[in-house]
Amino acid sequence: MDPVILSRWQFATTIIYHFFFVPLTLGLGLFVAIMQTIYLRTGNETYHRMTKFWGKLFVINYAMGVVTGIVQEFQFGMNWSEYSRYVGDIFGAPLAIEALLAFFLESTFLGIWIFGEGKLPKWIHLASIWMVALGSNLSAFFILVANGFMQHPVGYVINNATNRAELIDFYALVSNPKSLLFFWHTISSGIVTAALFILGISSWHLLRKQADQFFKRSFALAAILGVVGVASVGLAGHSQGQEMRIYQPMKLAALEGLWESEQPASFSLLTIGDLSGKKEIWSLRIPYVMSFLACNNFSCGLQGVDDLQAQYQQEFGPGDYIPLMVITYWSFRLMVGAGLVMLVVMFYALLLLWKKWPEKWMKWLKWMPFVIGLPLLANSTGWLLTESGRQPWIVEGLLRVEEGVSPNLTSGMIWFSLIGFVALYSVLIFADIYLLAKFARLDPDTEIKGSDDFAPSISGSGK
Amino acid sequence: MSHELLQIIWFILIAVLWMGFFFLEGFDFGVGMLLPFLGKNDTERRSIINTIGPHWDGNEVWLLTAGGATFAAFPHWYATLFSGFYLALFLLLVGLIIRGVGFEFRSKDKNPRWRSLWDWCIFAGCALPALILGVAFANLVKGVPINADMMYTGNFFTLLNPYGLIGGLTLMAVFLFHGINFLNLKLTGDLLERSRVLAPKVWVVSFVFLSSLLITTLLITDGYAKHGTVVTILPLIAWAGLLLAGFLLRQKREGWSFALTGISVLLIPVIYFQIMFPRVMVSSTNPKFSLTISNASSSAYTLNLMSIVALIFVPLVLGYQIWSYWVFRKRLDTDPEKLHY
Repeated sequence: MDPVILSRWQFATTIIYHFFFVPLTLGLGLFVAIMQTIYLRTGNETYHRMTKFWGKLFVINYAMGVVTGIVQEFQFGMNWSEYSRYVGDIFGAPLAIEALLAFFLESTFLGIWIFGEGKLPKWIHLASIWMVALGSNLSAFFILVANGFMQHPVGYVINNATNRAELIDFYALVSNPKSLLFFWHTISSGIVTAALFILGISSWHLLRKQADQFFKRSFALAAILGVVGVASVGLAGHSQGQEMRIYQPMKLAALEGLWESEQPASFSLLTIGDLSGKKEIWSLRIPYVMSFLACNNFSCGLQGVDDLQAQYQQEFGPGDYIPLMVITYWSFRLMVGAGLVMLVVMFYALLLLWKKWPEKWMKWLKWMPFVIGLPLLANSTGWLLTESGRQPWIVEGLLRVEEGVSPNLTSGMIWFSLIGFVALYSVLIFADIYLLAKFARLDPDTEIKGSDDFAPSISGSGK
Repeated sequence: MSHELLQIIWFILIAVLWMGFFFLEGFDFGVGMLLPFLGKNDTERRSIINTIGPHWDGNEVWLLTAGGATFAAFPHWYATLFSGFYLALFLLLVGLIIRGVGFEFRSKDKNPRWRSLWDWCIFAGCALPALILGVAFANLVKGVPINADMMYTGNFFTLLNPYGLIGGLTLMAVFLFHGINFLNLKLTGDLLERSRVLAPKVWVVSFVFLSSLLITTLLITDGYAKHGTVVTILPLIAWAGLLLAGFLLRQKREGWSFALTGISVLLIPVIYFQIMFPRVMVSSTNPKFSLTISNASSSAYTLNLMSIVALIFVPLVLGYQIWSYWVFRKRLDTDPEKLHY
């Protein structure tokens, strides 16, 4: 098989896997920090145990995020060396800054937080979990600055002497509207991911009448922050649609299955394409809605895929500039669909709180553990849309994917690493889920102190 | 600042990041390699892990930062090295993955087979990266086939030459000794006694390897031909440091032994970087094809920007990392009742 295709498969596989863990790290870190803050301010023991219980799950998930993240930093050079040469002057900077500002912060302070309880003044121990949350969210910012450049390159010139893109405006790079919207969307979905994780696990316990107070408080915190998070994700996504119309019209047309330019533009309820994924057979559309999504009014026009293709051929020469529509179209719908279900779930959770846990509504709690998977689906499909909608570009308008690949790699080498990663990651996911499920099911009222894994953290307090 | 000066600064700064990584992760790797052999039962193994428990993750970031800084400051170096050493780096990644997960997962289930499995993952995840990084550095300095387009034209087995292997095994051995020195400062009780008995034996191995690496480095690389006798100074200091560490160890001056070994460990990347300068990857195909700090670097704008970032944040990182060692400065209490899992 073609090394370009294999390298793409490897990158897609490893990054989707990596991003199963990242949003939960982003959000759950904040939740744990908030719980510990409440504990310190009120002295309420329940919040202390909540910090420990959710903190344990945070650490298990965090480990997976970190180790799979290292792979990503290496892969730009390993599989995409020509890309790294061409944009390294720009792209390398946010990556290095990410390591220096964010990775050091989160990793160092996580160690201090795990092992430091009882050895440090309480407020310093609290500050260290805030540093972890700050570090992981900062790292999201810098990697999204890097990704934003791939979608909408800014702040650079092409240097003909060195034959590459070079940075001339760092402020433009970090204030790229693409990156800022990504950041808003990602941070919010991190909160939603963590909120549903907490809601799902809390519901499981509430149904079993275990640690009632403990899980009602966890549930309440998650429901309140979660609904804010869902609203925020939706608003960010709506803004992204409008920004996409300006900077990546092809992606917008492709996620809509919009072949011909339209004014006003309709929203596709269901479009069926042929097997190549590049031709429409049948479509059911609602008028005006897409104009609203893309421009906030009911009259603006949207360029269709065919027009854009013709336009790009004029601009960049012959070639296929249409992303694989099956992926963009369906990943968008899965993402939004999952988002809408999450919104409903959040309102149910809020209603339970508001009505003070009416017994007749409690039976619905049994579905809540399943919604933990919804944000994972939305997170993955969202990125699938973002990255596949950028095709055939690795940097929009500047460099094509096949121009970025490492020329020295043989298919055999990439097969070897691809199979290796898939095998290793498959084993690890079982271990990870096993542990998460095990610790999520502990009864914090009775089992935390009895469990070996919750031994008091007074290591190293000897002699 | 001039572009040339910035390139030199970044060459030095990347060397500094590797020094940080070798010194800090060096003892982590050593401790991890000792784990299944020194720890006779579960409590002992947990104690050994806890000596580096709060630190290993932060220490690992030195490697990521060295990688990121290479990308930002010398994109061609990053591109040629990472694509060229593809399979070696894949194995390195596998090692780092199973190690990191091993540290976090091993104690979260009581099943002895579960724990033993992760302990061996930690062992492999410490041994393999040490070996691979040692092989990689030796080859960087010795030279690898690189063509006029900065493309590596060798394969995985090109790296496994005798000198490369000496480089890899030496790094393993030196890290092993660095790790046992660290344990001697952190452990208590029976475990400490056993670590103390083992340490001189490990020293012999690391001393033999380091001596042979330093000699072969001066013989095989073009460092002496290019820079003259000045390249012999640092190897001599590194060699003397480890020699002295061995004597001090026998006199129970364990703090000093750790410090002097640390100097040798810190000097290993410096020795390599000094020989390479001003090149960053030596081409064995044609010296003209070598990557240098000038033909591999980023623009002056990016280097300036990154210098400002580094000037602010490297001292900050050093500050809080040193503080974290101060927080956990005491010896480990190996009382099972008090052990942190």
